[in-house]
Amino acid sequence: MTESWKDARFEASGLELWRGDRRLFTRLDFATGSGELLHITGANGTGKTSLLRVICGLTLPETGEVRWRGQAVARSRADFHAELTYVGHRESLKADLSAVENLSFELGLRRELGADDMQDALETVGLARATDVPVRSLSAGQKRRVALARCLLTAAPLWILDEPYTNLDVAGRELVDALMTQHLQGGGQVLLVAHQNHGVRQSGTRTLEMS
Amino acid sequence: MDVPGLGQAFAAQLVRDLRLGFRHIGQAANPLVFFVMVTTLFPLALSPSPQLLAAIAPGVVWVSALLASLLAAESLFRQDVEDGTMEQLALSPQPLSLLLLAKTTAHWLMTGLPLVIMAPVVGHALFLPGEAVPTTMAALALATPTLSLVGGMMAALTVGLRRGGGLLSLLILPVVMPVLIFGARATDMASGGMETSGVLSLLAALMLLALSLSPLAMAAAMRISLD
Amino acid sequence: MSTTLAPWFGWLALLLIVAGTIGGLFLAPADYQQGDGFRIIYVHVPSAWLSMFAYVVMASSAAVGLIWRIKLCHSLAAAAAPVGASFTFLALATGSIWGKPMWGTWWVWDARLTAELVLLFLYFGYMALRAAIDDENRADRASALLAIIGVINIPIIKYSVEWWNTLHQPATISKIGKPSIDTEMLIPLLLMWLGFTCYFFFLLLVRGRAEILSRERNKQWLKDALGATS
Repeated sequence: MTESWKDARFEASGLELWRGDRRLFTRLDFATGSGELLHITGANGTGKTSLLRVICGLTLPETGEVRWRGQAVARSRADFHAELTYVGHRESLKADLSAVENLSFELGLRRELGADDMQDALETVGLARATDVPVRSLSAGQKRRVALARCLLTAAPLWILDEPYTNLDVAGRELVDALMTQHLQGGGQVLLVAHQNHGVRQSGTRTLEMS
Repeated sequence: MDVPGLGQAFAAQLVRDLRLGFRHIGQAANPLVFFVMVTTLFPLALSPSPQLLAAIAPGVVWVSALLASLLAAESLFRQDVEDGTMEQLALSPQPLSLLLLAKTTAHWLMTGLPLVIMAPVVGHALFLPGEAVPTTMAALALATPTLSLVGGMMAALTVGLRRGGGLLSLLILPVVMPVLIFGARATDMASGGMETSGVLSLLAALMLLALSLSPLAMAAAMRISLD
Repeated sequence: MSTTLAPWFGWLALLLIVAGTIGGLFLAPADYQQGDGFRIIYVHVPSAWLSMFAYVVMASSAAVGLIWRIKLCHSLAAAAAPVGASFTFLALATGSIWGKPMWGTWWVWDARLTAELVLLFLYFGYMALRAAIDDENRADRASALLAIIGVINIPIIKYSVEWWNTLHQPATISKIGKPSIDTEMLIPLLLMWLGFTCYFFFLLLVRGRAEILSRERNKQWLKDALGATS
């Protein structure tokens, strides 16, 4: 599996986005490859989240193009989406369903899960005991952890994370760093939006400052 | 990467939505209750005379069904967009049109099909001739999917808007007028003892048209709304 | 381009409409059944035609804008909507004014009038959706999609309304705009029709221009152009 991750390359070129009368960014170029992390920072309102949404294909840019494995994403959306996982501002969980129900539905759209995959992932994020209660009774931090478990289970090479540290305690923030490090070592790549500094200590991390 | 097939994805979405719907069965039953209540308004507002009610029954049944479907359309996608699960659907490798069609199907099973089943009761209360009941049910069974699909398109267009409420009705009503015309006419003809297969096939044609075009329109609209 | 074409359409429209009005009001003979009352068709028929035509222009330009992402087309579609709605309203108003002496009532559920009414609702829906979305880009694309859905629906609505009408109305009521018509009556009608169409394009260009200017108010090329002239 990770063999095909090695030559996966993400490229964005000439991105420009307007919101109403305001230009959020223009002529934005960047690229990541296997084992690389791009940390996108900047003050509030500089368009970090909008940039991530453009990258995912949720928002259409004014100009510019996003390419995955050399292919324009706009033309091969399903292939691109099969290889990315996105953690947004919201955890995207159904409050009435349990963590397991939520995850097994979403992953059911993506791939076959092994028998123990789910349990393993929930244990990794420290939720082994909260799997059967409805998500509405979990704390904000626990919901974040469910979203991280989804990230793991998707087994996608490209992680797109929007403020993953929000609502997490110290141990939780360390968990995010550990998961990202592990993902990068396995040949994956990460596009990270975060106010604070990340704790990934290895080569191949860069920072993009938005203004 | 091997992605599960379309049928599997459709079924998964359908089952999830039905399961969520049954956890809030009260909410899902709202359009049905509304349908019955609107039909009770007419005898109260006009008169309980059987002749009068029998004469207006086809119109009453169909206008009420139409209004109930408007009410139902409001809730079709709103929850999913608010809690962010729609974003994840839009980012899944499955076609969004397929997933939204599955959602609309689940929605129809919970809000459209009950209207069809309730029709005989309402028809009886309005002194609709007994021979018109099977036709009315058949016509509703053909028309309510169209109403759900059109409602789905318009709901997808308006879902992110703060001022969405009245707007949704304004968008849906002109488009579904043909359904009202053919549906009410089918009931009317059946109570006059006329042959109704022609009208029913027109309703079926509208349903097929909606079924073939609206999933694409829904997906396009949803992507615009999520933008 | 809009600045050069718009006056042409404007003057041509004025000329044709004046000629058509003279022809219609003074030269054409009175109808042997309806007397002078029929003369309102010189306004009614062109407006009814334009009400449909404007919708098609709006939807096709919106579709082009949506598919090829051309902002200009979205601006034109946005400009066409209120113009089309006004013509629809005019068609309805003249239809009902004509109906008063003919049918003895301001409103009858005539198939064409009813279809016009539904068309007016479609225009209202389009404009309301545009107005409800703050972000211009999204408003463009959402309303374009709505216009396309609407244009697929118009034939269905027209057919169903006509079908409904033949079942419920006695066939004796003659439809507006389809009498067997004299040449002397027809020529002014054609002039009016052409004149109204030119007027429509005049309005479309002027409004489209205003729409584009208001959208691009922060763009550099516009500031440059204004800076150069002032």
